[in-house]
Amino acid sequence: MHKTQNNKAWWLVVPVLILVAFNAFIPLMTVVNYAFQETFGDNVFFWEGTTWFEQVLRSPRFHASLIRQLVFTGMIIAIEVPLGIAVALTMPRKGLWVSVCLVLMALPLLIPWNVVGAMWNIFALPDIGLLGYTLNSMGIDFNFTRQPISAWMTTVVMDVWHWTSLIVLLCYAGLSSIPDDYYQAAHIDGASRWAIFRYIQLPKMKRVLTIAILLRFMDSFMIYTEPFVLTGGGPGNTTTFLSIDLVKIALGQFDLGPAAAMSLVYFLMVLLVCWAFYTIMMRNEEQ
Amino acid sequence: MTRSTKWLVPTLYILFLMLPIYGLVSMSFKTTTEILGGFSFFPQEFTLANYKVIFTDPTWYNGYINSIIYVVINTLLSVTVALPAAYAFSRYRFLGDKHLFFWLLTNRMAPPAVFALPFFQLYSAINLFDTHLAVALAHCLFNIPLAVWILEGFMSGVPKELDETAFLDGYSFSRFFIRIFIPTIAAGIGVTMFFCFMYSWVELLLAKTLTSVDAKPIAATMTRTASSSGYELGLLAAAGSLTIIPGAIVIYFVRNYIAKGFALGRV
Repeated sequence: MHKTQNNKAWWLVVPVLILVAFNAFIPLMTVVNYAFQETFGDNVFFWEGTTWFEQVLRSPRFHASLIRQLVFTGMIIAIEVPLGIAVALTMPRKGLWVSVCLVLMALPLLIPWNVVGAMWNIFALPDIGLLGYTLNSMGIDFNFTRQPISAWMTTVVMDVWHWTSLIVLLCYAGLSSIPDDYYQAAHIDGASRWAIFRYIQLPKMKRVLTIAILLRFMDSFMIYTEPFVLTGGGPGNTTTFLSIDLVKIALGQFDLGPAAAMSLVYFLMVLLVCWAFYTIMMRNEEQ
Repeated sequence: MTRSTKWLVPTLYILFLMLPIYGLVSMSFKTTTEILGGFSFFPQEFTLANYKVIFTDPTWYNGYINSIIYVVINTLLSVTVALPAAYAFSRYRFLGDKHLFFWLLTNRMAPPAVFALPFFQLYSAINLFDTHLAVALAHCLFNIPLAVWILEGFMSGVPKELDETAFLDGYSFSRFFIRIFIPTIAAGIGVTMFFCFMYSWVELLLAKTLTSVDAKPIAATMTRTASSSGYELGLLAAAGSLTIIPGAIVIYFVRNYIAKGFALGRV
């Protein structure tokens, strides 16, 4: 759409600006404050320069949780995106079943995150949970509070359960914007199922898929509540992702300096990836 | 895939989604002895005792009321301020518009864990700690950017001729906006409210950090009960099952908007 140049439009943005800036600037400045200084309480601060940053960037603990985080995010995107596309492609297009499917599929998205964690905790309990009991009675040794592999599997499956529907909904939206004529034309040309997917459906889903992956990257990189309630970061540290580690350092040990430095490093990483995504997305839209 | 087996994928997927929910709901109807006694697919001694505790104990049911209050305040606030801003982004080019839009989005990307402690200090300093307003305002951090993003997508789908015709007909900006423009993008507003409701309802970390007694959300009540009074699984399951209901109601109301709306907006 052609947009008119009008700097008065700033007035329309002012309310948003005030509210978001209030919530973003002041806390961010607090974090920056702590990241470069040492405090022993009483509002007395000593300049520390980049000490905390060096400490965080060299610490094996940070590297370990960063690697866990990257593996986790990679795994869930690799599972959720193809699964989401497959479900969206096979969903009914018209009639009563569309509403039924949409309502049921959107349900996990609206359950509070700690309830998701608690629900999966109950579901996976080895002796009394539906999943844990079934797996164990099938002869699979499964105990997510003791075995790192079981804990990882449960966390990943929980996230797939929780968020695949978001990708389904977005892809479904992209698919339903394809006019019937396209399919008819493809049918007349004798196009294969794969050709229809590759040249009609996938291009139409490209924009929503970019958004879906962007959202999933951001949200899974910040994941805290669900694994915290499910496993508490354990057994040991095996499911301690970045946010869990950060809260442990900041609120558990009250090491504010290193926590603040880690926060900034963490935030910058998310920002960098999202900026790259955003630039690609905007370039595609302009074409 | 042939037509006859096509229904299988969504059906299996929905079954996978429903199983953990069934596990939770069926556990909420069991007695503690039955739960700890071993696994049973159906409740053997069906009981409503867990629900009775929640509906009669104020610390429990106030949790629900608190959560709903701050979620509603946040949704209304976010959509109200996001509407004019999204209009500006979709219709005009102005100084720094692209940078501003990306800056807004960066706040959606900020991990809440980063902001938990500073938020606590900030809202304590302005005497809003433990109020519904504090949580509603804090959730604006990620909900306003999201609302602007979704609404901007919907508004860009409305042809500009609509605005121009209305202004030629002598409509003032505010009258045009309220009388014509808002009804036109009603579906978009519905979808946006759904997303704001969703993210505010499910968030726990900030809501828990900013409250202690008076505005404590149900999610926080649950975590504390789970740790303080041993492990009352039945009660926890009942409380969890009840948190699914508001979400289910909201989805039911916007189901047609979602189907129609998703394609229009960018999200």
